[in-house]
Amino acid sequence: MTEMIYEYDGSFEGFLTCVFERYAQKEVLTAITCGEDIQSTLFPVRTVLTDRDHAARVYRKVVKLSPEAADLLRRGFLTCLPEREMHLLRLVVKLLEEGPRFLRDLSDEALYPVLRAVRHLNGEVHQYKGFVRFSDLGGVLGGEIQPKNRVLPLLRQHFCARYQNERFFLYDRTHREALFYAGGRSAIRPLEQFQMAPPDEAEARYRLLWKRFYDTIAIRERENPRCRMTHMPKRYWNTMTEFQGEDFFKPRGTPAAVSGPGAPAGIPAPGTPPGSGRSAPGSAP
Amino acid sequence: MDVLEKLTILTDAAKYDAACTSSGGDRKAKAGSIGNTSTSIAGCCHSFSADGRCVTLLKVLLTNRCVYDCKYCVNRRSNETRRAMFTPEELADLTIQFYRRNYIEGLFLSSGVYRSPDYTTELMIRSLRILREQYRFNGYIHAKAIPGTSPELVEQLGFLADRLSVNIELPSEAGLRALAPDKTKQAILAPMGQIRVRGQQSREELVKYRHAPRFAPAGQSTQLIVGATADTDFHILRLTQGLYDRYRLKRVFYSAYVPVVENPLLPSKDTKPPLLREHRLYQADWLLRFYGFRAEELLDADHPDFDARVDPKCSWALQHLDFFPVEVNRADYEALLRIPGVGVVSAKRILVSRRTRKLRIEDLPKLGVVMKRAQYFLTASGRMAEGLRFTPDSLLRNLIAAERPSLPQPELEQLSLFAPV
Repeated sequence: MTEMIYEYDGSFEGFLTCVFERYAQKEVLTAITCGEDIQSTLFPVRTVLTDRDHAARVYRKVVKLSPEAADLLRRGFLTCLPEREMHLLRLVVKLLEEGPRFLRDLSDEALYPVLRAVRHLNGEVHQYKGFVRFSDLGGVLGGEIQPKNRVLPLLRQHFCARYQNERFFLYDRTHREALFYAGGRSAIRPLEQFQMAPPDEAEARYRLLWKRFYDTIAIRERENPRCRMTHMPKRYWNTMTEFQGEDFFKPRGTPAAVSGPGAPAGIPAPGTPPGSGRSAPGSAP
Repeated sequence: MDVLEKLTILTDAAKYDAACTSSGGDRKAKAGSIGNTSTSIAGCCHSFSADGRCVTLLKVLLTNRCVYDCKYCVNRRSNETRRAMFTPEELADLTIQFYRRNYIEGLFLSSGVYRSPDYTTELMIRSLRILREQYRFNGYIHAKAIPGTSPELVEQLGFLADRLSVNIELPSEAGLRALAPDKTKQAILAPMGQIRVRGQQSREELVKYRHAPRFAPAGQSTQLIVGATADTDFHILRLTQGLYDRYRLKRVFYSAYVPVVENPLLPSKDTKPPLLREHRLYQADWLLRFYGFRAEELLDADHPDFDARVDPKCSWALQHLDFFPVEVNRADYEALLRIPGVGVVSAKRILVSRRTRKLRIEDLPKLGVVMKRAQYFLTASGRMAEGLRFTPDSLLRNLIAAERPSLPQPELEQLSLFAPV
């Protein structure tokens, strides 16, 4: 048997199709990539076209064997684990060969790397529930994050419930996609570029009020920068209001005059079907 | 006075309150309202201030005007400080606008005693009512029940807030008499008892009627100041335990005393706050709530204070070496929890994993066990970690060495101030 590299479109269904193909073609895989890092390699590369039916068959089988494994797969796919596709494939293969028993052995060598990555993802999701900062851009709330994992699909429910009467969007700089919400409907769409519009008078004022509150609430005699950094690593700071420079707190005209891409006008009409880019695993088969 | 200035004064006056949690609520979002309290069982931190404390609620006083003259307090009547007061509308607007921007999880409203406890509580109720009913705020609210308030008003407050708290502040009656002459033990404990009883009733009513109004669904908490009086750790921990047992408190917070005034009855103004002592008390507090320890196991009359060098669980383990080593493949959950370096999460993982196969030492770090402490106290499949040699003497040294990097050095010297004399 020859060893193969599969190339797929980066969607969760695409990945499941790769799993299907591996069994259908009885091939041994060395890597599954979505086209970013294919260099000249000795192994033959095959492009796998996403097939929703095949993906659904694989997913149904996994759910039947173990619903927890299906959840692990969906979440694992959102992580930033290097070669996550191969790790997840190994998990599926082991599940099909041995049954779900090994899923309870939390230090199992096929399971542990995925578990650890998912814990990292869950931790990041939890932290972003608190560390996301929105700005009021003429009635629409807008925010930016720069996560390591793809947290948007998991933040979706939280923010949509909390701000159900608002309209908002949240841009993920790392993965260049944005969560949009308006009137009870939400969508995650790829978005190449985004520039936050400058604040109006009222927005600048609330930013300043928050910054003042944040600076005042600390007790000087107890200052402990290391403790703060443990709980809130510096990588989160760049999108948080309280750590921005002076300019961030100065109003500059009205936001309507300088609407950047993805500003209020960029909100899709409710009911628009999600774009053709990477699908969110939340909406998997 | 504009809102920015008021916010500055009233935040500065509220910062010594340690409680800033949003846990315990599970209210779902409602149509037409903003917010919910269902982030997770653990609450949600929205930021961390420069002192490393979690910022989750907009923690402010309604007013810092106060008729009391508690010696330890920045807001006492005799202190020369600027005074301010929020209007209910200003407070509601700040809360809603901060909440929309995801700065906060809700509001923590406390207050100085303006005119009388009843008058102040009525003002607080009015503010919260405007926030809940006019602004339709459905997020978390933590309100302070002021000692001496009449029961009818505490009742109303409890239906508006998720959590109520009454601060004990001084852990003994003698301390109270000396430093807070306007407060009595009875005035503090009465509302706590009322909140406990009313909360219990509310939970029973909810079983019968699904839409019964909820009284402080996230329970109540309190705060003890550490280091303002001569009370020992043992005394404080026993008091804590009594509060959990008798008053069903969700949390007891400890606040290392930061000297704000020169007074012969208090530590001098250049005393550093006893942060390490506060830390050890929190560790012990966790042992009481989640690990099945009792205060009398951790400390006794002969050892009334915690060892600053190692955490309370290690201290306990060193006193009970006959309990160890624990075999992780056989021990029950309660025994696993007693091993230093094993926590609630890792103990549960051990229970799950060992059903599929026998655990080996090298599996344990993957389950979240902190081996630098745990290795001395456990065996896996009958074996200890490879090449581990120690005697009871070197054990203490090793544990101290393992702990040292996580402790700031000056803290250790400072602790001598609190050693029994």
